[in-house]
Amino acid sequence: MSNNLRQGSLHIVNVSRIRKRGALSISEGRIRVMIKWFWSNLASAALSPTLYLLSIGIGVGKLINTHSGGVDGVKYLTFLAPALLATAAIQNAMDEAVFPTLDGFKWSKSFFAMNATPISSSQIADGILIAALVRTFFSVTIYGCAIYFFGGFSSLRGWLAIPTALFAAAAFGAFILGIAAATKNDDSFFMILGRFVMMPLFLFSGTFYQLATMPIYLRWIGWISPLWHATELSRYFTYGHRLSGVMVLVHAGFLIAMFIFGLHNARKQFTKRLSK
Amino acid sequence: MEDFSQNPVLIQAKGLSKRYGEFVAVAGIDFEVKKGESFGFLGPNGAGKSTTMRIIAATLNRSSGEITILGKDPEKYGPEIKAHLGVVPQTDNLDNNLTVEENLFVYGRYFGLSKKFINGKIEELLDFAQLVEKRSVKVETLSGGMKRRLTIARALVSEPEILMLDEPTTGLDPQARHILWDRLFRLKEQGVTLLITTHYMDEAEQLCDRLMVMDKGLIMAEDSPAGLIKKYSTREVLEVRFGSDRNATIAPELQKLVERIEVLPDRILMYADDGEAILHLLKEKGMHPITSLVRRSSLEDVFLRLTGRTLID
Repeated sequence: MSNNLRQGSLHIVNVSRIRKRGALSISEGRIRVMIKWFWSNLASAALSPTLYLLSIGIGVGKLINTHSGGVDGVKYLTFLAPALLATAAIQNAMDEAVFPTLDGFKWSKSFFAMNATPISSSQIADGILIAALVRTFFSVTIYGCAIYFFGGFSSLRGWLAIPTALFAAAAFGAFILGIAAATKNDDSFFMILGRFVMMPLFLFSGTFYQLATMPIYLRWIGWISPLWHATELSRYFTYGHRLSGVMVLVHAGFLIAMFIFGLHNARKQFTKRLSK
Repeated sequence: MEDFSQNPVLIQAKGLSKRYGEFVAVAGIDFEVKKGESFGFLGPNGAGKSTTMRIIAATLNRSSGEITILGKDPEKYGPEIKAHLGVVPQTDNLDNNLTVEENLFVYGRYFGLSKKFINGKIEELLDFAQLVEKRSVKVETLSGGMKRRLTIARALVSEPEILMLDEPTTGLDPQARHILWDRLFRLKEQGVTLLITTHYMDEAEQLCDRLMVMDKGLIMAEDSPAGLIKKYSTREVLEVRFGSDRNATIAPELQKLVERIEVLPDRILMYADDGEAILHLLKEKGMHPITSLVRRSSLEDVFLRLTGRTLID
């Protein structure tokens, strides 16, 4: 038998290494795609904070600061910044969880190509989430710099808003990843998600005012919103917003539970769809 | 023809089956594939070929029966088995966001290969796939044939022991098919074990050392292409047309002249070792077909004999 072609997979493929690092290979591939959109990603990461901070943080902020001396004992911008940062984080994580997942399962079917390699379905899910968080980290860091520039961080502690936002992004991103993986009909998925999930979360999670000022029948939206929990935690860290120890645990616990459930479900949905 | 009987067994299936509720996709089949062999699953759409391939590729669990690939059970050792397979699916699933070169690179990384190794391999693969000039081009701009070749090149990045191709040339124009067959033939010459599903008999004849004819989840026959033709057909076939109205009425007459005939909607196939002689005989008896053609028997005839149907309905 002729044997001049190197049939070396027995020697060159190390399965135990893939078991440990496979998810990172998936992230690496995703990040390559993101880099192609570097400038537009950078622009969108920088533009929306600038617009929000200028119009609401500074414009509306001036009005509020003049009339009632700020909110929660701090300048309006200091109050608002952690919420805007957390919003940007979960928005980014959502985009980066939903788009590649619909593409991978439906449009280019590239997840099926990944599934033909030694990488497991769960690792594909993990890899997509990790890449989403890398992009989110990049965006929130830029956002953080913009907040700093406009004076939204009253002290060095303000920067703690970044890890808090990233934590929220991980929780919400994992949750959305599982939903996207289970979505067969993608036609209106983005629209529904944007209008009926993101928008209410953004408006009713105590972003622009404290949740307690809302009538009780609307507060529940905040209670189930990762954005509210993240914002509360973030304000606690950044300017010492008053929270009892129990509430700190509740907020962190909510996000941790969402992350664990979300990731577990995402892995399950990926495995189910790839082995059909 | 090369003899593979002494080579080690790479794939072995016994009573392999797959059911989806009531529907039986694969109905308890046995087969063996040996190292270096080019093994084909021939059958119409829905015969169970792709399902069998997915079970071998460790991406679909069987319902019952046994199967080992490189001595391992795919349900227990999925990643270990996948490490040694190159998979070319029925529809290309390349990453449209990336260039030709990047597709190869990223895929190599999924096998945990080093950047240095992959970069060297990319040159070899671009050359093999005749895509050197297209290396920096985005995948979505490639033609169907180029995408197919890239998908095959991608499957070779990890130097697999077994290359699996599901309907490799479906949807390609004749020229693109021939280029692809040439590439696959080279791999075969180099000793790569090929597993091919196809519903094209010419493809099966070109590429496969051994064929398993499948229909409705069952194996109808298994042999080399030449062996199958010898076993299930005559050396030659005489195709005659008497016009769609007369074909059916004249069939009983024709039946008396040869050992077997097949009446198709538009023509009658007469099986004989010497087609010319039968044509002569027809004319002597005053039966003058509108058109006639003598050709060698093909796998299409084998399939017709085994199932009573043509491969492409």
